[in-house]
Amino acid sequence: MLDDKYHADRAVGTMQDKKITARNVQVFYGDTHAIKDVNVDIADKTVTAFIGPSGCGKSTFLRCLNRMNDTIDICRVEGDILIDDEDIYDPRVDPVQLRAKVGMVFQKPNPFPKSIYDNVAYGPKIHGLAKTKADLDEIVESSLRKAALWNEAKDRLHQPGTGMSGGQQQRLCIARAIATAPEILLMDEPCSALDPIATAQVEELIDELRQSFSVVIVTHSMQQAARVSQKTAFFHLGNLVEFDDTDKIFTNPQDPRTESYISGRIG
Amino acid sequence: MTDNTADMAAPASKGKSLLAQDARTRKRNAAETRFKAYGIAALAFSILFLAMLLFAIVRNGVPAFTQTFVNIEVELPADVLDKNGNRDIDDIKKVSTFGYNPLIQDALVAVTADLETDVADGDLKKMLSSSAGATVRNAVIANPDLIGQTVEFEVLASSRVDGYMKGRVVREDLARDRNLDAAHLDLVDALSETGGVTRKFNWAFILGADASESRPEQAGIGVAMLGSVFMMLVVLLLSLPIGVAASIYLEEFAPQNWITDLIEVNISNLAAVPSIVFGILGLAVFIQFAHLPQSAPLVGGLTLTLMTLPTIVISTRASLKAVPPSIRSAALGVGASEMQTVFHHVLPLAMPGILTGTIIGLAQALGETAPLLLIGMVGYIASNYPDGIASGFLDPNSAMPAQIFEWAKRADPAYYERAWGGIIILLLFLMTMNIIAIILRRRFERRW
Repeated sequence: MLDDKYHADRAVGTMQDKKITARNVQVFYGDTHAIKDVNVDIADKTVTAFIGPSGCGKSTFLRCLNRMNDTIDICRVEGDILIDDEDIYDPRVDPVQLRAKVGMVFQKPNPFPKSIYDNVAYGPKIHGLAKTKADLDEIVESSLRKAALWNEAKDRLHQPGTGMSGGQQQRLCIARAIATAPEILLMDEPCSALDPIATAQVEELIDELRQSFSVVIVTHSMQQAARVSQKTAFFHLGNLVEFDDTDKIFTNPQDPRTESYISGRIG
Repeated sequence: MTDNTADMAAPASKGKSLLAQDARTRKRNAAETRFKAYGIAALAFSILFLAMLLFAIVRNGVPAFTQTFVNIEVELPADVLDKNGNRDIDDIKKVSTFGYNPLIQDALVAVTADLETDVADGDLKKMLSSSAGATVRNAVIANPDLIGQTVEFEVLASSRVDGYMKGRVVREDLARDRNLDAAHLDLVDALSETGGVTRKFNWAFILGADASESRPEQAGIGVAMLGSVFMMLVVLLLSLPIGVAASIYLEEFAPQNWITDLIEVNISNLAAVPSIVFGILGLAVFIQFAHLPQSAPLVGGLTLTLMTLPTIVISTRASLKAVPPSIRSAALGVGASEMQTVFHHVLPLAMPGILTGTIIGLAQALGETAPLLLIGMVGYIASNYPDGIASGFLDPNSAMPAQIFEWAKRADPAYYERAWGGIIILLLFLMTMNIIAIILRRRFERRW
């Protein structure tokens, strides 16, 4: 009884401050229809997980949210994606500004071949977020702290970021993404290249990031989705099959395809 | 059915010992051994030919770096060289090299006075280069105080004497030679014992200018070297920025459509176009259409730029392609514009490859002769140093490979030797450039 009320409250709450709204989104790669008619509302200060079998379109859809698909010539996006009620595919929108607002962390840790400091400072520098060197130092420190990397990195700020372990590199990439003060953080299978311990650290971090950001995470691990997310969307063959509270998806899926997937019969 | 297959498989696998090779394995091993032998043979052949080439170059070319000089004491009488006696430089300049020749002859007579010889006094000068008069005259003009004294000069020996000292000219050859008699050689032998004739390192070959057909002993590659340097400057300053900019645009910004495909195919093909075609293009465009001066390093550089561009574009694009796409995603992901992505992240990582490609392109251009043929840089006697930077680009000059080609064409065997010597210098230049390429590559290389 108490539980139900809690969920209902939270559902109402999240509906009120929704961050991203997608309506009738279609994505084509040349002639391939990769995303079919997706409608989804993503709430602020929540972790939303996209799950589904390989090739189901979850990453493609994620990359629409900060227009990373723009770099692929043959990719075409239709429908409306609104962030804070602004259409991000409006011709007036500059993807550079959009990507400062919507940060992204990739599957494989990809720090720049520069120092740890320069990795984190790069974003603030190009967006002019720091007036002075002291400001920049502060941004770097707070970003590294938020990414739970400060203690490990503070003594080697000027050593190359590529010399760190895989898990540290991924947290460095998270620090780099949050250094530009984004409002939304997109994560494309951020733990798939990491060992279980590093994965646990990153998952813990994701949970903390929820305080400040709206986090959207693509994952192929259902356990991970269950552990870190409050909302889960299940994609299958380019369709958004089901989108609901994470507990509901995993305990009481409405669609037979979702049930087959989470019980391991497909995908 | 199952019984059948079991029956067939069992005996086959049972009878085999791992200790003995079966026929099939032996055959495979033999094939592998044969293939390795072919490879080693091919390598040995190439090394043999390379060694022969280097040996030939060094053996034929090294003598060009030394030259035979004759030491003579020339009396410089004031009544001949400065009739007015006031050491006016204009008066001194009025005496031509013909005025000096008798003085040199007297000096030769004096040197050979103690030696028994059939050579007439008037024929002694055949031992010296015809540049001897000019050597003495230049020294006097540079320092008029020498007039009235007896001064020791080291003048070039003639190319035949030089060839005799180097073993290139033998006495039997002289039977049909009107330039030198065996008697001269006796004199040379006698003088070299007393130190009157010496062979020493010849800086004039490296730093000097080309000389006329009859004075190979005087010819040097220095001016042509400057021509090459000015040409390479033009090539570097034009082809690096244009080539890299074009590659970046094509690789990172250009849309993928049939126009860019066409451009891509054409660039690849341009790299294989014979260089003489670029020469005729340079002739038509830069000289006949744009009316730039003939034989000028500027035109040579422009023509070689056309030739080098495809090489640079191809290598630059290859190294841009080799930068992992994850770096581009990372930069775009934090909100860098495409241009920032390229210039902050992709280009620095591609730099070693770009520099290597550029230097290889430059080295290719440095050794190129055919295009220079058509724009008049071959056959030009590069006898003067350029007066300055502008004249270095615009005044007629030659280039190292063109100079070598020119020398190889000339009749006198002394020029043949100089052609080999020129090749040594050219190869040293190329080696230096390749070493620079390796060093730059090492320095800029970053791991990720």
